[in-house]
Amino acid sequence: MLDESTVSLLFKGLGETVYMTFVSGFFGFLLGLPVGIVLFLTRKGQLLENRSYNRSLSVLVNVFRSIPFIILIVWLIPFTRAMVGTSIGVNAALVPLSIGSAPFIARLVENSLLEVPAGLVETARALGAGPIQVTRKVLLPEALPSLINNASITLITLVGYSAMGGAVGAGGLGQVGYQYGYVGYNAFIMNTVLILLIALVFLIQFLGDRLSKKFNHR
Amino acid sequence: MIAIKNISKTFRQEKKVFKALDDVSLEIEQGDIVGIIGFSGAGKSTLIRSVNLLEKPDEGQIIVNGKDLAKLSSSELAKERKKIGMIFQHFNLLSSRTVFDNVALPLELDNAGKAEISKKVNELLKVVGLEDKANEYPKSLSGGQKQRVAIARALANDPYLLLCDEATSALDPVTTQSILQLLKDINQRLGITILLITHEMDVIKAICNHVAVIDKGRLVVKGSLEEVLSDREHPIIKQFSISKTVNIPQSISSTLKREPEAGLFPLVEVELNGNILFEKLLSVIYSDYKIPYKLITADVEYLGKASFGKLLLHLQGSPVENEKAIRYFNKNNIQNTIKGYA
Ligand SMILES: Nc1ncnc2c1ncn2[C@@H]1O[C@H](COP(=O)(O)OP(=O)(O)OP(=O)(O)O)[C@@H](O)[C@H]1O
Ligand SMILES: [Mg+2]
Repeated sequence: MLDESTVSLLFKGLGETVYMTFVSGFFGFLLGLPVGIVLFLTRKGQLLENRSYNRSLSVLVNVFRSIPFIILIVWLIPFTRAMVGTSIGVNAALVPLSIGSAPFIARLVENSLLEVPAGLVETARALGAGPIQVTRKVLLPEALPSLINNASITLITLVGYSAMGGAVGAGGLGQVGYQYGYVGYNAFIMNTVLILLIALVFLIQFLGDRLSKKFNHR
Repeated sequence: MIAIKNISKTFRQEKKVFKALDDVSLEIEQGDIVGIIGFSGAGKSTLIRSVNLLEKPDEGQIIVNGKDLAKLSSSELAKERKKIGMIFQHFNLLSSRTVFDNVALPLELDNAGKAEISKKVNELLKVVGLEDKANEYPKSLSGGQKQRVAIARALANDPYLLLCDEATSALDPVTTQSILQLLKDINQRLGITILLITHEMDVIKAICNHVAVIDKGRLVVKGSLEEVLSDREHPIIKQFSISKTVNIPQSISSTLKREPEAGLFPLVEVELNGNILFEKLLSVIYSDYKIPYKLITADVEYLGKASFGKLLLHLQGSPVENEKAIRYFNKNNIQNTIKGYA
């Protein structure tokens, strides 16, 4: 049952899932973090209060958040092809995963920043700090524990998304489960995939909690 | 040095319009410790935040060393703000930074070098007496220690003015005194002008030499500490100065009767409003009227040549004699109330 080819199949799937989760998480943050910061800073009463910017950005984020992920994958196919040259495989999956998680991350970042006491921003302003300094020196460091928690949530969501992508040829544990489970029912592989996914989620949550706690001095 | 000229500020929230500051003017001289006192919601925070334009007044000017702050560009304003330190009721320390790094923040904002930062921060921590806490995080400090860190941070850019927004309101009385002493020390040693706001008269009495009273967005009285305190007619000052109640000790309160009885003597609460000296009052009762008495409690302060405060006198003369004393109080406008008989 546990022959060599099955083991390597599962390992390869796990590796691909971890790769997709973390790399797209990284790109998702690269896109979502600045958007979240701008969403926060342009809010009413904040440093760069600007109603129209905030509104437009907010609508854009909401639009992307309303697209079901499976539709987003398909809708983005032409764009994905232009970016990575193909629409199937692990690297192709990174495109919709990053773009799909970015608006989600933006909202989470905005919420993390909202938790920073307003008095701290005010103090920095009184010290003559500009918006960029306030963001770098006050907002992000003070929100760090909460940002780490939100990163765990994001990565866990991405584990799920990447499995969904597996059904349409993205690779990873999702594809393994789909092929061996749905196409030719193999209970052993199916259950192992399940256990591996659960273990991955638990591990991310565990490490995220540890890291967040480490940086929390409140 | 600092002139607040006719500033007004109106807050609009949906349909509500609220005038938080109404034509406020105040001049602050170099080296002064100026206190602004007012009830909650009077506009104190709005006023002090206007000085470094954290709150932009709708009208009026803030003139600092001849410069109109509202006319400056945002980078020029940032530069001016660096020379105005500010401390807050809730300290506002960054929880993510150690004590050392909190004090270093203003220097980092100026891109100071590591060696320079380290030298300056250690110096400042010595001033506030926290050298040994440099590597602690704020969460492990007491309120008083946190405020000391905040003071060190506020001093990092060598300001000429320190704004204190209810800096001691979250502290117990003993810690409050030590922080006030530190502020006074900073004022005297470093020559830093201080503008503080508070709702406690004790804070004002402890360190201010100039006082203004703010009520409903208007400065209703201003002057030197003695001038303001002796303006007893003003209802607001009255409320602030004599709001403390005198506690009747339990040994007396347990036997206190509401109505006079044979063998019981009146317990009188007397208020000193600066119109008679404490010693004078006692000598009148004892030497002039020859009435024996017990001084139960006295909470008296001397400001210049006047006494302020409250005392609890247990008059122990005959009913006729005691009546004479009360009449003397009334004739000389010395407020008194009979708390009961014991
Ligand atoms: N941003 C704001 N928007 C609307 N109203 C405000 C705002 N800031 C202050 N106010 C109102 O202005 C008035 C004065 O507020 P301020 O904070 O200056 O009072 P304060 O004297 O400092 O009171 P406290 O002793 O409670 O701190 C209050 O009635 C308050 O509700
Ligand atoms: Mg206030």
